[in-house]
Amino acid sequence: MKLVAVTSCPTGIAHTYMAAEALSEAAKAAGHELEVETQGSAGLDRLDPATIAAADAVIFAADVEVRERDRFDGKPTVVAKVKDGINRPAELIERAVAAAAEAPAASTPAAAVPAAGVSPATKAEEGASWAGRLRGWLMTGVSYMIPFVAAGGILIALAFLIGGPEIASKVNGGTFDGHTYKGVSDLTLILNQFGVAGVMFKIGATSFSMLVPILAGFIAYAMADRPGLVPGVVAGLLASAVGAGFLGGLIGGLLAGAIVLQLVRLDVPRAIAGVMPVVIIPLVSTLVVGFVMLVVVGKPIASATNGMTGWLNGLGDSNKILLGLIVGAMMAFDLGGPVNKVAYTFGLASLSAGNLNIMAAVMAAGMTPPIALALATVVRPKLFNDAERKAGEAAWLLGASFITEGAIPFAAADPVRVIPSMMAGSAVTGALSMAFDATSRAPHGGIWVVGLIGHPLLYLVAILAGIGVSAASVVALKSRRILVPSGDAVAAAAPSSRGVVAA
Amino acid sequence: MSQIITPDLVDLDLPGTDRVAATRALAERLVAAGRVTDLDGFLADVAAREAQMPTGLEGGIGIPHARSAHVSEPSLAFGRCAAGVDFGAEDGPAHLVFLIAAPDGEGAEHMKILASLARRLIHASFKDGLNQAADPAAAATFITQEIAA
Repeated sequence: MKLVAVTSCPTGIAHTYMAAEALSEAAKAAGHELEVETQGSAGLDRLDPATIAAADAVIFAADVEVRERDRFDGKPTVVAKVKDGINRPAELIERAVAAAAEAPAASTPAAAVPAAGVSPATKAEEGASWAGRLRGWLMTGVSYMIPFVAAGGILIALAFLIGGPEIASKVNGGTFDGHTYKGVSDLTLILNQFGVAGVMFKIGATSFSMLVPILAGFIAYAMADRPGLVPGVVAGLLASAVGAGFLGGLIGGLLAGAIVLQLVRLDVPRAIAGVMPVVIIPLVSTLVVGFVMLVVVGKPIASATNGMTGWLNGLGDSNKILLGLIVGAMMAFDLGGPVNKVAYTFGLASLSAGNLNIMAAVMAAGMTPPIALALATVVRPKLFNDAERKAGEAAWLLGASFITEGAIPFAAADPVRVIPSMMAGSAVTGALSMAFDATSRAPHGGIWVVGLIGHPLLYLVAILAGIGVSAASVVALKSRRILVPSGDAVAAAAPSSRGVVAA
Repeated sequence: MSQIITPDLVDLDLPGTDRVAATRALAERLVAAGRVTDLDGFLADVAAREAQMPTGLEGGIGIPHARSAHVSEPSLAFGRCAAGVDFGAEDGPAHLVFLIAAPDGEGAEHMKILASLARRLIHASFKDGLNQAADPAAAATFITQEIAA
């Protein structure tokens, strides 16, 4: 059996080490492996987290508070005086072995992982309500995704600022205000061709390309621990590849986690059990979830995309304000996902056909969600957790730069309340932009292309109106949630490995 | 750095009195060797530690000790007492008394030698060796070797 112990005493020069030695001798005599951490005056040699993770039980022979005790959370534990460690070491070893035997089998991967330092920022507490655990999983994915949103989004915004908003079209290729660009031909030449702004844009865009994989990967990780990461990340990459956006990644991550949890619980023959964690679980879970994303999810999204595009084209110029309302709501529905893409592409197509109104409505509607959420985190900080408030700080700039993805962290954490709120405001903005006859000659750039906007002041009014509607809606919906008592795991988002013990 | 124990820090015929007197007798040797600068100050620190929890251990061992500002280097004074001195252990008086003096402060390096000493104390062979030591020089050499091992 593998054991770990911590010894400590008031002075830290004698008993600490005597107990450590006595326990080691007793463990050796009884045929167990024991590693001891002496918290004495000769310094603290921390046990390797891997050793703690592998231990079947923990012995505390300590007369003073064990330092960093949370590292051992969830382990079967024997607590004793330091003198017991010296005088009765064999008895403590016996008690530890008994405690390990009584504890529920610690062999599921969920119980074997993360020691201090690697535990995710948020994990669903055991015993929380189903909705609370779901929110905990989503929040874990979101908390890992936020740095990618912030780093990528701010780099892109800075690239716009330095190189002008046309930098995106220059690097990616495309048309901007009548100029058509080929895009970067060879990445190694990007600095020469497009300067620092081009480099910053490319780096930002690359960080952005990881949003959905990271979200999906860490949702699955929150559910199933380390084995969930591979199928989750692959599901996210495939969600991006088939254009399923963050909602596709969210579903892919949940699916990946669920598949791994099922595989872990399978009762397999001994011969196979050994290769389960290394080969079978990653292989099967990735294959299944990948197949679903690629084959089952991909096709319907493609046909839905085509259907919506045809529908928008059919609406044509029949009712400008209605069209603005619809494309506005679509922009906010999945914030960069397939529906958003349909609306944006419709705007681009209209732009190249010479209709500048729809492009303006689309861009305005894409700017409101991040700004509205940033505003909401400032107005009612209590409705958001720490990770969301941090995301809110970056969201101002992202929204102003028409980087709608800045709202994804909020939408992924609480889609049911956030998405309708964002759609309402963006629909208002889209409709108003059309009503004011605002135009945009730029396909992107947000506030930085104000010079290419027709009726800029009214355009600003349209954007502010949408921000107000969205922020008010999201605050109202989230306030209602607080009133309903629920086992919300995320309220206690403290970094802790406590929720790790498998049921 | 010198050894933590030298022959003049060993008393193989410690009088069987009480723990205060026994500790004082050993502490006087540390003062004479220049390792403790203030006898009463050091004894007060040892007494304070002893008051927290008696330092007698099962198997006839007493380990009065303290980290004290009056100690200049990590030191051990060893006394052997046929009659025994009560150090509060449940199974009777201590026949081997180790007065451990540690300088104050958090110098982890020099504390390691005391940690090695403490680790030796629980081994029966260590106690046997000290019970059999013929003279102070032999006892000091034995302890030094055991710690280095």
